[in-house]
Amino acid sequence: MSFEDYRGVWVFMEVKDGQIAPVSLELLGAGRRLADKRGTELAGVLIGDRIRSLAATAFEYGADTAYVYDDPIFRQYRTETYMKALLACTQKYKPEIILYGATSTGKDLASAVATDLPTGLTADSTILDVEEDTGLLLASRPAFGGNIMATILCKKYRPQMATVRPKVMRALPAEPGRRGRLVEEAIPLREEDVRTKVLEIVRAATRNVRIDEADIIVAGGKGLGGPSGFQLVHQLADALGGAVGASRDVVEAGWIGHHHQVGQTGVTVTPKIYIAIGISGAIQHIVGMQNSGLIIAINKDPNALIFQSCHYGIVGDAFEIVPMLIEQFKNATGKEVEHVGEI
Amino acid sequence: MLHIVACIKQVPDTKIIKMNPKTNTMDRSSAPAILNPYDAHAVEEAVRLKNRYGGTVSVLTMGPPPAVKAIRKCIEIGADEGYMISDRAFAGADTLATSYALTKALDKISALKPVDLIICGKMTIDGDTGQVGPGIARRLDIPPLTSVKKIVEINREQGYAVIHRKLEDGYEVIQSTLPCLFSVEKDINEVPYSSMPNMLKAARYQPHIWSVSDLEDVDRTQLGLKGSPTIVSSVWAPQKPQGGQLLEGGPNDQVRQLLDILLAKKELFGAGEGSV
Repeated sequence: MSFEDYRGVWVFMEVKDGQIAPVSLELLGAGRRLADKRGTELAGVLIGDRIRSLAATAFEYGADTAYVYDDPIFRQYRTETYMKALLACTQKYKPEIILYGATSTGKDLASAVATDLPTGLTADSTILDVEEDTGLLLASRPAFGGNIMATILCKKYRPQMATVRPKVMRALPAEPGRRGRLVEEAIPLREEDVRTKVLEIVRAATRNVRIDEADIIVAGGKGLGGPSGFQLVHQLADALGGAVGASRDVVEAGWIGHHHQVGQTGVTVTPKIYIAIGISGAIQHIVGMQNSGLIIAINKDPNALIFQSCHYGIVGDAFEIVPMLIEQFKNATGKEVEHVGEI
Repeated sequence: MLHIVACIKQVPDTKIIKMNPKTNTMDRSSAPAILNPYDAHAVEEAVRLKNRYGGTVSVLTMGPPPAVKAIRKCIEIGADEGYMISDRAFAGADTLATSYALTKALDKISALKPVDLIICGKMTIDGDTGQVGPGIARRLDIPPLTSVKKIVEINREQGYAVIHRKLEDGYEVIQSTLPCLFSVEKDINEVPYSSMPNMLKAARYQPHIWSVSDLEDVDRTQLGLKGSPTIVSSVWAPQKPQGGQLLEGGPNDQVRQLLDILLAKKELFGAGEGSV
């Protein structure tokens, strides 16, 4: 394998409901930095049905080139079809690095592509860098349940690949009118040769659990003692009009469902206010919430790690503090009146 | 009759693992070895399918000799047979080398009894990648179906399966040809307590243990550390952030200060005037 032949940083551009997924724009921001450091180009790979026009968006967010596979066979994501397109493109143009969002689609696709190439794939990276001279991608991620950070390298294979969680990287501000090079690609694929079919897509109706979109999150941990203690979190979230988050051990204990889990194996969140109650602050949790605007921690244990990752902390008993806070907040904002009105 | 193989792993319990604060290294002896929790759901789902359609559940693992314990745990859940590949040649494998070794073992299991379905847990709690399952599927050239949260139907005669695959905001219903590979979400089932007969069977159970020389057509350069494209170059303790300001005083004072901090962001709450 001659590494000289491999050039450029690519981002797999995930498309949902006719739009480029935010994580892909974030990765263009990260990819731009890597490409500039290497003095090479940044490209987006777009696969889908009637998605050609989205190339313009990729250019506005930093891509120099867009490789486009536009065919009805790509209307819905399927591992087999997308993988074949991306493999063909990779083998033809030989990128040095490919980044994917660590979404259900991105992780699925990246794993399949990595096996077929074959090459190394680092999952759920939180820090990306590249060695200027060698082009070696330094992908770092929490390991062993977030107890340590590890930097993973792929020295002997190209391309180097990594998935990155939504909201970990920052998109560049869009530059309207920024142009790039659109390269149309196609592969021969017949529907009857594809072994999987998407029969139906069902979107969840419950918007209140989308913690990745919430401005305010109140999250609870094992320090609340049990499911009944965890009710405090729900009450404060209700009062503030926020969403409910939880640490991994709380979810594993079954106090609340998975989609509330904040952290490396849960959801990465960036609310404007994050209130952590009874959460010890393992790194696996911290990496999921550290980019929040204002972080407030309430914990009995003055040595809890969470206090190192918050803007303001209260060492105290949540069962005393939180009810007082709810009451005073309601008084201060007139929320109480609203409540009475409903009854 | 279905033959389902669940791929499993014994892992250190990462919730209990302790760090040595002086050296920033992990004290592995502090963590008990357990069956990867996601894999317990994979085995349970395989057993449920066996009970629904009839058939056999085999489990397969790669690991050092003590990993026999994880196989016994699967027998407790209701698996029928256990296979383990154990050899120094496998040591240091990343996900690519692991999927290669497991695929070679699956070839051997298939030769004994054809496999209709492979089930894996969503990921392991030590590696956290979720890449081994899809890797096995690609190597066997069967469809990989990740994030499976419900199995609607397995039709062995007509050779297809229908499942629900979890998405960020809902799910999709997918039909796939058999054989295929599922990696399953935790919410696919609840793993019940083991039954006494299964526990007794598990205690006595001896899995089939194969070394690398028991497997056919193995390219040794694709195994273990040598066959792993990714390497861990450095391990470090997570950066300690600066630390915030602790609010002083008694609970009353603390709450009052916190309220002021929150109310400075009043626009977020859509609060006050005009509501009602």
